[in-house]
Amino acid sequence: MSIFSTRFLAASALALMAAAPLHAKTFVYCSEGSPEGFDPAPYTAGTTFDASGHPIYNRLVQFKAGTTEIEPGLAETWDVSEDGLTYTFHLRKGVKFHSNDKFTPSRDFNADDVIFSFNRQADAKDPWHTYISGITYEYYSSMEMDKLIKSIEKVDDNTVKFTLNHPEAPFLANIAMPFVSILSKEYADTLEKAGTKEDLNNAPIGTGPFKFVAYQKDAVIRYQKNADYWGEAPKIDDLVFAITPDASVRLQKLKAGECHLMPFPAPADLADIKADPNLKVDEQAGLNVGYLAYNTTVAPFDKPEVRRALNMAMDKKALLEAVYQGSGEVAKNPIPPTMWSYNNAIEDDKYDPEAAKKMLEDAGVKDLSMEIWAMPVQRPYMPNARRAAEVIQSDFAKAGVKVEIVSYEWGEYLKKSMEEGRKGAVILGWTGDNGDPDNFLSVLLSCAAAQPGGANRAFWCNEEFSALLAKAKASSNHEERVKLYEEAQVIFKDQAPWATLAHSTQYVPMAKNVTGFVQSPLGDYTFETVDLAE
Amino acid sequence: MLRFILSKLLYLIPTMLGITLVAFGFIRMLPGDPVLLMAGERGVSPERYAEISAQLGYDKPLWQQYFTYLGDLLQGDLGNSIVTKKPVLAEFLALFPATVELAVVAIIIATLIGVPVGVVAAIKRGSWFDQISMTGALIGFSMPIFWWGLLLIIFFSGILQWTPVSGRISLMYFFPPVTGFMLIDSLISGQKGAFSSALSHLILPSIVLATIPLAVIARQTRSAMLEVMGEDYVRTAKAKGLSARRVIGVHALRNAMIPVITTIGLQIGVLMAGAILTETIFSWPGIGKWMIDSISRRDYPVVQSGLLLIAGIVMIVNLLVDLTYGLINPRIRHK
Amino acid sequence: MTETTVKISDSAIRRRMVKEFWFYFSQNRGAVVGLAVFVLLVLTALFAVWIAPHDPTHQYRDALLVPPFWQEGGRAEFLLGTDAVGRDMLSRLIYGAQYSLFIGIVVVAIALTGGIILGLLAGYFGGWVDSVIMRVMDVILAFPSLLLALVLVAILGPGLTNAMIAIAIVYQPHFARLTRAAVMGEKAREYVTAARVAGASNMRLMFKTILPNCLAPLIVQATLSFSSAVLDSAALGFLGMGAQPPASEWGTMLAEAREFILRAWWVVTFPGLAILISVLAINLMGDGLRDALDPKLKRS
Repeated sequence: MSIFSTRFLAASALALMAAAPLHAKTFVYCSEGSPEGFDPAPYTAGTTFDASGHPIYNRLVQFKAGTTEIEPGLAETWDVSEDGLTYTFHLRKGVKFHSNDKFTPSRDFNADDVIFSFNRQADAKDPWHTYISGITYEYYSSMEMDKLIKSIEKVDDNTVKFTLNHPEAPFLANIAMPFVSILSKEYADTLEKAGTKEDLNNAPIGTGPFKFVAYQKDAVIRYQKNADYWGEAPKIDDLVFAITPDASVRLQKLKAGECHLMPFPAPADLADIKADPNLKVDEQAGLNVGYLAYNTTVAPFDKPEVRRALNMAMDKKALLEAVYQGSGEVAKNPIPPTMWSYNNAIEDDKYDPEAAKKMLEDAGVKDLSMEIWAMPVQRPYMPNARRAAEVIQSDFAKAGVKVEIVSYEWGEYLKKSMEEGRKGAVILGWTGDNGDPDNFLSVLLSCAAAQPGGANRAFWCNEEFSALLAKAKASSNHEERVKLYEEAQVIFKDQAPWATLAHSTQYVPMAKNVTGFVQSPLGDYTFETVDLAE
Repeated sequence: MLRFILSKLLYLIPTMLGITLVAFGFIRMLPGDPVLLMAGERGVSPERYAEISAQLGYDKPLWQQYFTYLGDLLQGDLGNSIVTKKPVLAEFLALFPATVELAVVAIIIATLIGVPVGVVAAIKRGSWFDQISMTGALIGFSMPIFWWGLLLIIFFSGILQWTPVSGRISLMYFFPPVTGFMLIDSLISGQKGAFSSALSHLILPSIVLATIPLAVIARQTRSAMLEVMGEDYVRTAKAKGLSARRVIGVHALRNAMIPVITTIGLQIGVLMAGAILTETIFSWPGIGKWMIDSISRRDYPVVQSGLLLIAGIVMIVNLLVDLTYGLINPRIRHK
Repeated sequence: MTETTVKISDSAIRRRMVKEFWFYFSQNRGAVVGLAVFVLLVLTALFAVWIAPHDPTHQYRDALLVPPFWQEGGRAEFLLGTDAVGRDMLSRLIYGAQYSLFIGIVVVAIALTGGIILGLLAGYFGGWVDSVIMRVMDVILAFPSLLLALVLVAILGPGLTNAMIAIAIVYQPHFARLTRAAVMGEKAREYVTAARVAGASNMRLMFKTILPNCLAPLIVQATLSFSSAVLDSAALGFLGMGAQPPASEWGTMLAEAREFILRAWWVVTFPGLAILISVLAINLMGDGLRDALDPKLKRS
């Protein structure tokens, strides 16, 4: 069924294209993978959000381009009650949804669309909750929106009131994320009547800067500029995603002029890219961290001095060179330096294998042999875990510690690394979702996260540390939050549940004539501001 | 003849059933779990895990899941992908033409070059042509094609910049898919330059995919020709004074073609395996790459139904080869 | 090999058979070249410890991606250059020979043993035993071999041992079919009937009487499988499912090198060349063996 609908869609898209001016500006982005679908709510991959949430949709609030600051989106203003429990959003007027061959909006965006977009995820009884069989809303539940939001009410057509169960400082940052993009209630109703509910995912309608035109699986996605965009209209006429999973192939396409911009170059190619006169590279510290988490509940790693000694035995500069090919920086804190509240006063452990050896002996640890887990996949924060483990292995050998490298299939790896009493230290990392320090520290290091289903792979539970986080989360005073997080980082460094390895840098190679591309610290690729110089 | 076909078809049923069992059983033995993969570094709480598993039907006993699966299959429902949530069959049909196009062009290249080379090599047995072409065939037969593809990319796309790096057609061209075969669709679209663009995208991957079948076909043709030319009736024909061209063209070639056709048919399985590697190297949006990605994502429904579809297609092609063989060579029907 | 092919106690006849075999084998120039290269490969693998100039896993941190010695920037100590973490390419290639030969031997051994046993059972007993075994073989053969191997490795977990097991499972139906066909052909022969009448047990009939007379096609198939095993395990390594880094298996080396395709041609070219040369040598040998063992083709 969906084959026919996409075919039909493509045909009508062609008609649209034919009507476009002859010298349309087409921007080609060599994307790294296929989107899972075009409804941003049920999916979790950044690749999907780049193809759906960012070009096609808007949120109530949004991240200001190039920052993690919140600015108005579909909500022009909002009021927060004294107790931090009620948020009232005043919606923008005159915002138009896109149209396609089966749907032309009869009204502007309003409160019903907001309630629809949240309720379908929150309410299991909503007719749209499982509009595709097997669908789940991972982000909505993992960001604990279900536990946080008590109710959403329509005050009038242009006002929506959110009531929370408890005050939560990162709430606004959460609803700037793509998974709570605002979809059209009217479009959903139309599809329901036509009996083609799955088109909500296949033929998306949003308010964003680009309209969806066609998707050819694993090959090409086409968009067209939304001329009625409520914000500043895009400068390019057509946006094309050429799906190219292999990094070296992406680069070759960029060099051959087959695309204008690419994400995730292979670290090995950077020197070559920088030397190419037809290309330029945008670089920015990524919002991520790669780490080695000890199991702080198993001897001898339950002693902070042992963990600190091991950290000192690690030559992180060499690791950065061999694994990240220099495209990153050595990490000393669990959060990246671009994030607010980063404590730059903290000093990193000095690389000193001899001292490390002695510290281990002082702690009564002799002939230590341990496992280091290397993940089997490449992630933005860790280009090659296997290689990293090999480097650490040879470093630790110098401090008299024998290392055995183990690896599991990725799903197993994630599961086994969270099993109680796990042996060995685990290489893993994190990429920020919303730019809030809580999204790193609470998720990865709090006592609550050390429980099954959490992500605290050091099983590190420090009451003092967790109390600071809880206090910061409930506070709406920014200055106070900064102080609390800075303090928390001091405790972290002293207790050393992890060896913080590196923050990788994001590089965005592009053709020389590309202008106006703004890198997102969150790792999103958005194109409403790009242009091609003649 | 009809009985021959029927008996062959009947014979397929237990094999097909075995294939569903293998596809289903193997997939459930895969370690790792799609729910965990979706949760990623963040992890998933035990309650949530149970909830999602129940929604996907993975909480039921295995045998029950298998029969549900069989029942769905009989109704033509191959399940939905866990990752994209879309029907497996729709995804398969969207990608299959790309693989078929690649495979068909590859087999055409392999046949058009392989058969004449084999024939000439056999006729001029021991000549320099025979030696060089057969050495070449053996090299082709020994080729790690994933490496061969990389070399061709470095040379033709990287250094010479003659061919595009990946994809099926230049992004300049945009037309609705009618058949799904880019070469045909580009002609239908009537857009200038579209066909040659599609062809230039297809050329390197199809050469890589054709390498091994080409070598096999050339070798097989040569030895079939040699065998036939050594047989009595050919010698008799020669002795009767028929021209060499006529003997070879009419008698030898026709008889030598029987095993060659079988060989060509049996290359389909080889091509499917080769397609996995070729599509990976050239980022070709076909089912080989889809299967690999799905295996690594633990997308159970896609892998199990994909395996089933691919095995089914290979079996049907083999059956057709069998039937053709039976038509050309009536002797085996009575065996 | 001929010694085992035919059970004849008369050593004179045996010597003549060997001589005859070698005569036909050495007729084929390619086969001799293949044999020579193969012997060289075996020696390289056996004496890798002494031949290799460096430890294949030692990382020279000051020598990352050094080109081969004849290129600008190359160093004499690293004849074929180094890889991304500063390991000597030549040493890794030399040690890689061990993996390839080991893989070939193990895969063929498992597939051959399994295939022979299943084929003998099916061919000798016939009936439902035959049906069940051959249907299972059909099922295995219905899947493209590499795809099935991939799924099997995914189940067993990526790694060299599992890759070998997976490939062997995928290959073994070929041996089973060959054995079965040969057994069915031989079963009705007089010498088998004679042995049976003389009171030989089933086991004895299968393994001692019939099997030795079916060996020729199996040997040819075994060489073919040997080279295919080297290729397929390299392919699995290339797809990240075979031997795991830092193993210097050639396919795995290629997979690791893929990101350097534009920057360092030597890390991509040499492992592939090593695969090609060894597979080619084995195939050349296989051709020679077939010519020497297959009496039908001998005369043509």
